[in-house]
Amino acid sequence: MITFLIALCSIPLLGFLICLFIPRNNEWLLSRLSFLVVGAHTVLSQIFILAWLWSGLHDINYIGPTFYASDNYKFFLSLYFDKVSATYLFVGSLLTFLITVYSRYYLHREKGYKRFFTTILMFYFGYNLIICSGNFEILFMGWEILGISSFLLIAFYRDRYLPVKNALKVFSIYRLGDVGLLLATWLSHLLWHENITFEKLNNYSLVHDHISTHTVFGFFLAIMILLSASAKSAQFPFSSWLPRAMEGPTPSSAIFYGSLSVHIGAFILLRTSPLWENQISARVCIALVGLATAFITNSCARVQSSIKSQVAYSSLTQIGIMFVEISLGLHSLALFHFAGNAFLRTYQLLVSPSVVSYLIREQVYNFQPHQEKNNFTFMGRLRTTIYLLSLKEWNMDFLLEAFLWRPIKTLGKRVSFLTDPLGFTIFIATSIAIFSAILFNEDVPFDLTRIISPILAFLGFVMVVKAFTERKSAITSWTMVTLNHFFVAGAVLVMEHFDWEHLVIYLSGVLLAWGLGFITLGRLKTMEKSLSLNNFQGHVYSHRTLGTLFLVACLGLTGFPITSTFIGEDLIFHHITAQHLWMAVFVSFSYVLDGLAIMRIYARVFLGPNNTGDHAVAYRSS
Amino acid sequence: MTMKEIIKELKHYLPAQAPLKDFIHHNTLHAFQNMEFHKALQLSSEIFGAKMYLGLEEYRSLYAKGDITLAAMNRSIELVYGTGADKKEVIEKLTKGTFDCRIQARVGQLRKGWKEVYNLDMDSKVHPALFRFLCNFLDQGIALWGFPMVHMNFIDALRALERSSFVSIFNSGGRAHKLLLDTKTEIEDLLKIVVGNEAMYERYLFEQQMLHPGWSGLVSNIEDQPEALIDSRKITLQEVILFELLLEIDFLDQNKPDWKPLSSVYPVQLDPLFAEVKATELNAVMQTWHTAFEYSHYDQVMAALKSAPAPKVREKTDFQAIFCIDDRESSFRRYIEECHAGAETLSAPGFFGVEFFYQPENGKFYTKLCPAPMTPKYLIKQMDSREKIKTDLHFKQHTHSFIGGWFISQTLGFWSAFKLFISIFKPSMTPATASSLRHMDKVSRLVIENEHVHHHEHGLQVGFTIPEMTDRVYNLLRSIGLVDNFAPIVYLVGHGASSVNNPHYAAYDCGACSGRPGSVNARVFAYMANHHTVRSELSKRGLVIPRTTRFVGALHDTTRDEINFFDEEAIPLDMNPSHQLGQKVFNEALALNSKERSRRFESHNMSDSPASLLEQVRKRSVSLFEPRPELNHATNTLCIVGRRTLTQNVFLDRRVFLNSYDAAIDPEGEILTKILSAAVPVCGGINLEYFFSRVDNEKFGAGTKLPHNVMGLIGVANGIDGDLRPGLPSQMIEVHDPIRLLMIVEHSKDVALKAIQRIPAAFEWIQNDWMIYMSIDPADRATHVYKDGVMIPYAPPAMELPVIKDISKWVESSRDNLPMAILNNGGRS
Repeated sequence: MITFLIALCSIPLLGFLICLFIPRNNEWLLSRLSFLVVGAHTVLSQIFILAWLWSGLHDINYIGPTFYASDNYKFFLSLYFDKVSATYLFVGSLLTFLITVYSRYYLHREKGYKRFFTTILMFYFGYNLIICSGNFEILFMGWEILGISSFLLIAFYRDRYLPVKNALKVFSIYRLGDVGLLLATWLSHLLWHENITFEKLNNYSLVHDHISTHTVFGFFLAIMILLSASAKSAQFPFSSWLPRAMEGPTPSSAIFYGSLSVHIGAFILLRTSPLWENQISARVCIALVGLATAFITNSCARVQSSIKSQVAYSSLTQIGIMFVEISLGLHSLALFHFAGNAFLRTYQLLVSPSVVSYLIREQVYNFQPHQEKNNFTFMGRLRTTIYLLSLKEWNMDFLLEAFLWRPIKTLGKRVSFLTDPLGFTIFIATSIAIFSAILFNEDVPFDLTRIISPILAFLGFVMVVKAFTERKSAITSWTMVTLNHFFVAGAVLVMEHFDWEHLVIYLSGVLLAWGLGFITLGRLKTMEKSLSLNNFQGHVYSHRTLGTLFLVACLGLTGFPITSTFIGEDLIFHHITAQHLWMAVFVSFSYVLDGLAIMRIYARVFLGPNNTGDHAVAYRSS
Repeated sequence: MTMKEIIKELKHYLPAQAPLKDFIHHNTLHAFQNMEFHKALQLSSEIFGAKMYLGLEEYRSLYAKGDITLAAMNRSIELVYGTGADKKEVIEKLTKGTFDCRIQARVGQLRKGWKEVYNLDMDSKVHPALFRFLCNFLDQGIALWGFPMVHMNFIDALRALERSSFVSIFNSGGRAHKLLLDTKTEIEDLLKIVVGNEAMYERYLFEQQMLHPGWSGLVSNIEDQPEALIDSRKITLQEVILFELLLEIDFLDQNKPDWKPLSSVYPVQLDPLFAEVKATELNAVMQTWHTAFEYSHYDQVMAALKSAPAPKVREKTDFQAIFCIDDRESSFRRYIEECHAGAETLSAPGFFGVEFFYQPENGKFYTKLCPAPMTPKYLIKQMDSREKIKTDLHFKQHTHSFIGGWFISQTLGFWSAFKLFISIFKPSMTPATASSLRHMDKVSRLVIENEHVHHHEHGLQVGFTIPEMTDRVYNLLRSIGLVDNFAPIVYLVGHGASSVNNPHYAAYDCGACSGRPGSVNARVFAYMANHHTVRSELSKRGLVIPRTTRFVGALHDTTRDEINFFDEEAIPLDMNPSHQLGQKVFNEALALNSKERSRRFESHNMSDSPASLLEQVRKRSVSLFEPRPELNHATNTLCIVGRRTLTQNVFLDRRVFLNSYDAAIDPEGEILTKILSAAVPVCGGINLEYFFSRVDNEKFGAGTKLPHNVMGLIGVANGIDGDLRPGLPSQMIEVHDPIRLLMIVEHSKDVALKAIQRIPAAFEWIQNDWMIYMSIDPADRATHVYKDGVMIPYAPPAMELPVIKDISKWVESSRDNLPMAILNNGGRS
């Protein structure tokens, strides 16, 4: 069974890797490959599920090879399969297969045929990794893959402005979710002093003993899980990203945002339920989020006048209810609900273009004129108020903008002196001085590190904020996001015992990615003269290879599981002790911004409308 | 100019597309058609930043492949550079020169100031908000909660909403709120706040609206034709501008509290929007390439028409079939004639000269069934329909509610999985399909004859009187030259299309019936022409239809290649054998036609039998995942008004609109004028819409349809925040070559010229080269082309045209455009 499970997880990865090497214009081969890979996977999944049912629904736990180990830290492959995984695998494989078959015809002759299927396979790999993951690390790996493939699919029509803008928006919310998961992982390390597997979480006394002695941590852990689940499942207050993700071809919207991707939040809750089930406060929080989402998105769904946003909000209402069900411990019901909702919304999205002829025809026979209502009674005013609020999506976007993004941008403007040559030089010189003082003086008094550590963390943060708001030079911004990693590493490592090995693991990937990015941007600059970040420039139109290379560099720098930085990041967090909760929050926040700043560079340089050649360019508004 | 005049002028430049259910093809650049074609293109490219021709490299590779001929190139150089130009030198420049092909738009140059001065991206916030309010106000039935106070004018409804709600429409509070509630607020007041300098008002407004042409155009259209909406709304472009300016003020107040009017902080000197553009070298090059590209095609067509052998005289006509002039019917006609020598085909605009509104039984609205510019006075009602309207729960509203959604997702949800499975592996007709047959139930009865002249409903006369019927039958038959030699059966074949998941479904139906199937019109005309009294009235006018002739209405589904006949049971026994023969021939021809169509679909294997290809074509029409149910008018380039003998032995590759006409019964060209006054705008509109959607599919077309989202049942947009996308999606135009319509009239050059000059609107297109006008003399096939007010001789260069022995093999030979050719089907010619 275990080998079977491993095979199930690796088939999509294999397909993805093969797909990368198929020529772009070979539609036939691309579609055949995707069909075979997803088809085989679906058939095997159903057989596997049947076999698993036959053998008596025993949870499967698998501990694989260890990738890295030191002290009480161990990064190892771990898979876990239970009824939650089984349901998600059943629904996921069936829908992905149907959508793949659908898209083979639907995308015929579309520019980006290869990109579409590569991304679908990548998504599918991430999805399978998540639902079969056995510990937080593997879960996080799948989570990251899902995030990037989402970004790429939303920005599928990368030569228009809105898809790129919305892809960045969704990515930023996902990134917040990442932090929740990252902190949850960190807390679980602190609580159990090991990379705990999901199977062990079922051990009631193990979990309960630790949580009941660390109630604050326990609650914080639950909230972090809730944060990541809410971000990924577009719960309140993040709901407005979901309709905006509907920028790709209809089938991809259907499978991602109608069904699979958006239900992953519910999966996280189900998977980690032993961690929060015994905390009434946490359960209340989850239920409240679910309930608030259900009510708000339901009112939004009612006022939507576009078909896809209507389906998106309706789907969210049901996911909100699922959160409530999960918080009440009705796991089987939630799973059943998930399956039905996923199928229903996928189909509704797929047939959504038919709505015009269907409803117009129905109107011809059944039209009822409007009833005039008095809108100036109290009830009437309440009605119009709710209408207007729903139309404005309860200002959720506005709130995030006002309380999250705008302060960062303002801060970024404050530190703009950093890009002056003089300011920059002074800044770097001081930083290097501080660094070397710590690194090469073994006898630094402990008190000093107490001060230095926050300073370094803050400087790193300033760097990344600056990079995030930089408008002039892409290369400057790129270098700054890289420097942030150095500062973070420094700040964390000087706090306790300094570990060179961990530093190397962390920074080697960073340096590699920086180098690759630096070279690609440099090449592009020599060809295109200027690389400002003030506008989207869409250089991928004429520099396809550079675009791909730079994307790889971006992934490396954001800690995507392709370099050692992915493990390094986890390691660095591992160094933060329980007394330094603030540090963990601070580092993770700069990690969010860092990722955003990086994808912003990629998007602004390579994506968006390209005005340099003899080709049609869409209006920005379209 | 006053504000009213500015807005009126602005409306002229916005896209003229109606809501989706009434898709009507029109010239995308209608506002520029008073200018010479290439000049107009150059100017609009400058204004909108749009691409106007194929790419330079595309032309070069066409030339390298020989698709652009040297002869056409020489002609084109003479036309553009004058007869004295050194052709070698020009060709050298055309094929090897390097040019800066970047396109800069004038629209947006002023509004750019907000970003440059304040670093604010205003449009990215204001547009989505504006679109959301507009779409919710105009929504035709998607939202569960309708816009409150929807019976008011748009701006009054907003005002009432703002007053009754406890929260504001605006985010900054204060100023915008007050300005909205003040009923005396005018656009000028707001422009003073936003723009400042009065001289810039016009420019600012033009840019503001032209940057979201989709919504502005639709509103402007609804303002002019409120009846285009089933659920009517009162809205004007002026109100939209007012609201957009308020949203802009709100945005600026919120993001930059100390902002100043644009013209005071961003003083720029701009070329006026419509200022003449200096002719550039690149422009001459593109114009030359393009003209050469077009003439490479025209030359072939004219050479084929001139040299095709005349068909043999038919010994006996077993049946006649009158089709729509639609280009999609041209190949079907060819196969009918090929399958049976005793078949004669003719064509007229697909509403068959009978204009009326149609009301299906229990229908609450009237549907116009005639060309869009006409306003009929008649109503045709359907009775005794046995069809039940099938429903699909997936479109139902309770799937979106709280409890209903909870219940449905856990029940119907699993049914969806099954349906999805079926629809992918075994597609079939469902309630979601837009089927041409659903337009009118085959077994129903129509009220066609007026009982008494006072029988009116909503100002429309129910049915036609005898004299009204007589006029219509007489006019149609004479215009197509069918005045004698009537066969036992005369079919009137309307056409429609079937597709699923296709918001543009109306564009696939009959353009002459306002984007609806032509079934009702065919049936109505057949009834009239069979009417005993009508026939005796006709014979008084000298048009004698023998008692042994029966007219039968039919509907050809151009997507499914299916045909349905109406009122078959009423065919007298002695004409039944002819009808049975007709049916057999039609069915044979349908399969062959589907084979010819299949060559454009890469997934169809051309070596399959016609019957199997017919099956595949039908499956295509009901497949959710098929964005190309058929290719509609793609590749159209020609319109020929003349006798069938002129075109019967020529292979014109489904590129031609054919209108039957016999010059012999119309020496003065009066009938011709009538024909042209319908054919020129309809065919020209189709041709030009395809032209511009093809050359710039992003700005003039709708882009790819794969991400389209249906907005309020009236338009499509990308995602949920995007502007509406008028024009044709890329899937409809990708195989189309942008070539201006060549209108060929079979008459002497003088009559041809006179006939077109009588129609000023149509003549404008020809004068300004938006359409090429040629005549071919019925006597000696001498050809002339219109140039600068006269018809000048035009002789296609001598060329060797392919001769087709076996049409079935011929269409298998390529998936791309085939050359024009001579048909030589054994003993036929």
